[in-house]
Amino acid sequence: MPAIKAAILGTGNIGSDLMFKLLRQPGPLTLALFAGIDPASDGLARARARGIPTSADGIAAVLADPDIRIVFDATSAKAHARHAPALAAAGRIAIDLTPAAYGPGVVPPVNLDANLAAPNLNLITCGGQATIPLVHAVSRVTPVRYAEIVSTIASRSAGPGTRQNIDEFTVTTARGLEQLGGARSGKAIIILNPAEPPIFMRNTVYVLPEGEFDEAGVTASIEAMVAEVAEYVPGYRLKGAPVFDSVSGADGRPARSITLLLEVEGAGDYLPAYAGRLDIMTASACRVGRTLARSLLQSPHLPAK
Amino acid sequence: MKAPRITDSSLRDGSHPMRHRFTVDQVRRVAGALDEAGVPVIEVSHGDGLGGSSLQYGFSLVPEMELVSAAVEACARARIAVLLLPGVGTQTELREAVKRGAGVVRIATQCTEADVSEQHFNLAKELGLEAVGFLMMAHMRPPEILAEQAALMQRYGADCVYVVDSAGAMLPNDAAARVAALKAALTCEVGFHAHNNLGLAIGNSLAALEAGADQIDGCLRGLGAGSGNAPTELLAAVLDKLGLDSGLDVFKLCDAAEYVLAPMMPFQPIPNRDAISIGYAGVYSTFLLHARRAGERFGLDSREILVELGRRKAMAGQEDWILDVAQDLARAKAAASNQSPV
Repeated sequence: MPAIKAAILGTGNIGSDLMFKLLRQPGPLTLALFAGIDPASDGLARARARGIPTSADGIAAVLADPDIRIVFDATSAKAHARHAPALAAAGRIAIDLTPAAYGPGVVPPVNLDANLAAPNLNLITCGGQATIPLVHAVSRVTPVRYAEIVSTIASRSAGPGTRQNIDEFTVTTARGLEQLGGARSGKAIIILNPAEPPIFMRNTVYVLPEGEFDEAGVTASIEAMVAEVAEYVPGYRLKGAPVFDSVSGADGRPARSITLLLEVEGAGDYLPAYAGRLDIMTASACRVGRTLARSLLQSPHLPAK
Repeated sequence: MKAPRITDSSLRDGSHPMRHRFTVDQVRRVAGALDEAGVPVIEVSHGDGLGGSSLQYGFSLVPEMELVSAAVEACARARIAVLLLPGVGTQTELREAVKRGAGVVRIATQCTEADVSEQHFNLAKELGLEAVGFLMMAHMRPPEILAEQAALMQRYGADCVYVVDSAGAMLPNDAAARVAALKAALTCEVGFHAHNNLGLAIGNSLAALEAGADQIDGCLRGLGAGSGNAPTELLAAVLDKLGLDSGLDVFKLCDAAEYVLAPMMPFQPIPNRDAISIGYAGVYSTFLLHARRAGERFGLDSREILVELGRRKAMAGQEDWILDVAQDLARAKAAASNQSPV
């Protein structure tokens, strides 16, 4: 079966987990290069041990191989700001797992199909990947005036990048709830929980529709969405049924709210199960990469190499 | 022993029992009375800090920035502080609060997660603010761990780091040991914020003071989450009896508590059944009203919910776990009654 060649940039936790996911189920993608900048990194050693071509020359190694069409960037927002224009100039498609937001934000079941021609796709945030599908599931059946999410993650799953840029998480996720989730206004809260053993990623999604809505229709749409995400994130599940409640909105008006309790258990490919928040990023990246690869195989002239 | 600096948090921690429904007029009157009585720092924010207005914690009746402005205008001497929890509020809200005249920011993290506050301390210093670190749920970790976390905040620029007994779970020895550990590890000031769930808010504040605390928090009438905080008027009286010149006017504070704040209060927080459960189980004081509501809704005793939250080690701000726990308990109960022998 013909396949599209892909590379992973960044040999840390995310890059390594992504490598394991791509190897486990290659599909239309072949992992042709695992590139970092530290020749002594554990990540490069792990890739070499599995027979993956590696390089410590970073993006230069990617650009040197004209057959690599898709590049997963699991480095940092700062590095991606340099990588993005270089990859675009070379006609490579970038799937950006950093918070750089150089290209459009993408959540696979919400807007991937509409962005298959984009040269650079950004995965927003882990909280966004987890919760935006659920808000979208409501807004596609009834208008949503407000959506709020609370992501509780295990302390151990939050690295220095998240910790030094926690505002970027809340701001970017809230924007995603609006632009992709379809809420008129969005808010995101993140809480780090240091319990040992570490907890799974937990997300609470609150949605306030504009007015009256059909609870059965909303529930059916949510259940369909959970099933769709669970196709590529097996540990994605609702705890209990949607909870409908009477509350007062920000303006004091009474409203019916929808509360969803979502748990994301990591697949444990490389990262432990408590790192569901990272798992959902790598799983979404895989989904995006495979969908892009299939579309490239169908119309190989796009995009120009 | 020197007199501690007192920060009054009636208009921030008190926002919890007020269900975040302070009005501009109320804030003006309370802040004015506190200022008149010599309180040097007055904290005004949503109970969960800037940006806390939400379904998770409760929407503010009045946008908090209007309340900050009202407090600033009402005070001749006192400086206005705002609370910021990274993960809830952001630098954007902090900038806005400073435009409104806030001069102090208190930056709060879980007691194990101080390193999420670096960007906020950096901004606070850049804006010329006094920056205070707030290590919440501090009963959950031993003194040496707290001291390490406090040292991070000091490195980011904190002028003071607080040991915050968010659950009101500490005994006087716990408070003293933690404050002493921070005093030994830091060159900046150290503060203590008490909750009265075990009836020890004043006692723990005194223990903290004896261990070297430079700053202590109070709220008029103890108005705060759970069974409330150390009453500011009571702190003033006790400090006076200790012969410490805190600069506070005891009688004016008593009058402010009695005649200005008390008539606004929906209830007087006391260590009742639920509040004692919070202190005893070591959970976040603001869970009080949320757990009561979930209990009513699911036909459960709020105490079982609070105790289970303690067992699951819920941290500050995890109000959404209350619904989760209540659902689980209700399900377990339904299952047990179905399986009960006939």
